[in-house]
Amino acid sequence: MGMHAKKRIDKILYHGLIGGFGLIMIYPVFWMIIGAFKNNNDILNHSASFFPTLGWHMENWGNGWKGYSGVTFGTFFKNSLIVATVSTFGTVISSSMVAYALARVKFKGRKLLFWCMLGTLMLPGQVIMIPQYMIYNFVGLVGTYVPLILPHFCGQAFFIYQMMQFCQGVPRELDEAAFVDGCNKYMIYFKIILPLLKPSIVTTLIIQFYWKWDDFMGPLIYLSKPVSWTASVALKNFADASGQSDYGALFAMSTLSLIPVFLIFLIFNRQLVDGVSSTGLKG
Amino acid sequence: MKNQMGEGLREKRTLKQRLCSDNAVGYVFAAPFIVGFCCLTLLPMILSLYYSMTNYNFVQSSFIGLDNYVRMFTKDDKFWYSVWRTLVYVVLAVPAKLIFALLVAYFLTRETRIASLYRAIYYLPSLVGGSVAVALVWKQMFARKGMINSIIMSLGLDRLNWMGDKVLVMFPLALLTVWQFGSSMIIFAAGLKEIPRTYYEAAEIDGANAFQRFLKITLPCLSPVILYNLVMQTITGFMVFTQAFIITQGGPADATNFIAYYIFKQGFAYQDMGYASAISWVLLIVISIVTLLIFKTSKRWVFYEAGSED
Repeated sequence: MGMHAKKRIDKILYHGLIGGFGLIMIYPVFWMIIGAFKNNNDILNHSASFFPTLGWHMENWGNGWKGYSGVTFGTFFKNSLIVATVSTFGTVISSSMVAYALARVKFKGRKLLFWCMLGTLMLPGQVIMIPQYMIYNFVGLVGTYVPLILPHFCGQAFFIYQMMQFCQGVPRELDEAAFVDGCNKYMIYFKIILPLLKPSIVTTLIIQFYWKWDDFMGPLIYLSKPVSWTASVALKNFADASGQSDYGALFAMSTLSLIPVFLIFLIFNRQLVDGVSSTGLKG
Repeated sequence: MKNQMGEGLREKRTLKQRLCSDNAVGYVFAAPFIVGFCCLTLLPMILSLYYSMTNYNFVQSSFIGLDNYVRMFTKDDKFWYSVWRTLVYVVLAVPAKLIFALLVAYFLTRETRIASLYRAIYYLPSLVGGSVAVALVWKQMFARKGMINSIIMSLGLDRLNWMGDKVLVMFPLALLTVWQFGSSMIIFAAGLKEIPRTYYEAAEIDGANAFQRFLKITLPCLSPVILYNLVMQTITGFMVFTQAFIITQGGPADATNFIAYYIFKQGFAYQDMGYASAISWVLLIVISIVTLLIFKTSKRWVFYEAGSED
């Protein structure tokens, strides 16, 4: 009896602590979502209360949607979607090709390329930000989406590495059997490797999409016209413009900008967690 | 005529064979990376080294030798202060993040449905934390009349000037980083699963308590994973930008003028691309040294199981 009681108290304590801490963790996110329904007075003067004390304000959403200098958030979200989708597509195609070559084809210089790939994996992106900008500026591509998208068609080291590890799990006998059946090494990529890489491709799709959706520095540097802004840059400028005056609208648009990420979290949670634990995502 | 056709066929076959050789296939499939590496990584690095010795500012460019570096090391106090504040931030945020990640992962090792639900909840901040949206929310939370100060005042204490104080300002920024401990936690959780249960059972028979087991079994077995997370998080920590740009704009009095933000300002606000390139190179060297130091000391505290050393 005493043992049972002690066990139960332990259990309550465990769940109370872990669950309570979890609630504190996600409180800011929910506070932002509810904040999208509060008016400015409420947010500034009753910030400790979770629910609105001065009524629910739906007009925030309409006010926020109007956007910045005549461009609505519809355009900003469309831009984000274009950049994120095309980049993700490029990452999957190019990274799977490079991973196949590095993991499966014995060509001259493979070792060297592998080390170059590991090098770019460790190289902090901001270090080459300035010279990359100068190159794009020189060829007149600043202000377009090319600098944001093009690198993704050249393979992303993080995903190449992940797919290489996955390739190593695919039995070589499959390649050999296909070779005997008359497949050349090009067909093996399409018929064997690509279909079997599917789980790894799903992880890549998810992670690359939300990274690109959230990306701020790239769009900040390369896009200057409001019509071409992505949602992250638009939010920042919207915040500067509305200043202290309209937090509700700002939170409404912030919430909208996170919806794709929330959806990924809800639908692909399992794949995300598996992907992170098998590849060592950096965050 | 017949001869010609035969010749043509043979040539075709050799071309096809050549196209299917390992070398050709390898270069075709690796082509995106080869082109990308040369044009978008190698060339920029070489250019950046050259431009770091010029005063390029989009209009004119002349070679000035090591003047940028001399200026950085002898005249630019802001640069040194920026390096110092970045180090403070990294030392404050990265260990705290890893300790949190490890502890939570340790308490969530049980393979129950509720444990994976908790893991999912703890992971959410990692997904949204890098976004502009959350940075804006953070700014409001720590504002003078923000949520955190309201809570502090309801406890009967004075409100704190988070964004106006050089010491205090580090806490909201570091906290935003620590808050995103989810992905490190998941990597730790995967590592914890690999530790054989028999180790714990043997230790329990020998009378080791939970704390001793954590210290003598969990930590050593997990040390390679700790090293990996430490290196990755330190590199990411040095690159902190979005938080400084949106929440504090480098302030107050340059207290959060982190290196990545300083490079951005030199390059794009002051258009001093030459000087910005020079700082980029010094940043790369600083990060390399810190990473190397971590690897050097790791020989003392990272344990590899016998047989898995290669």
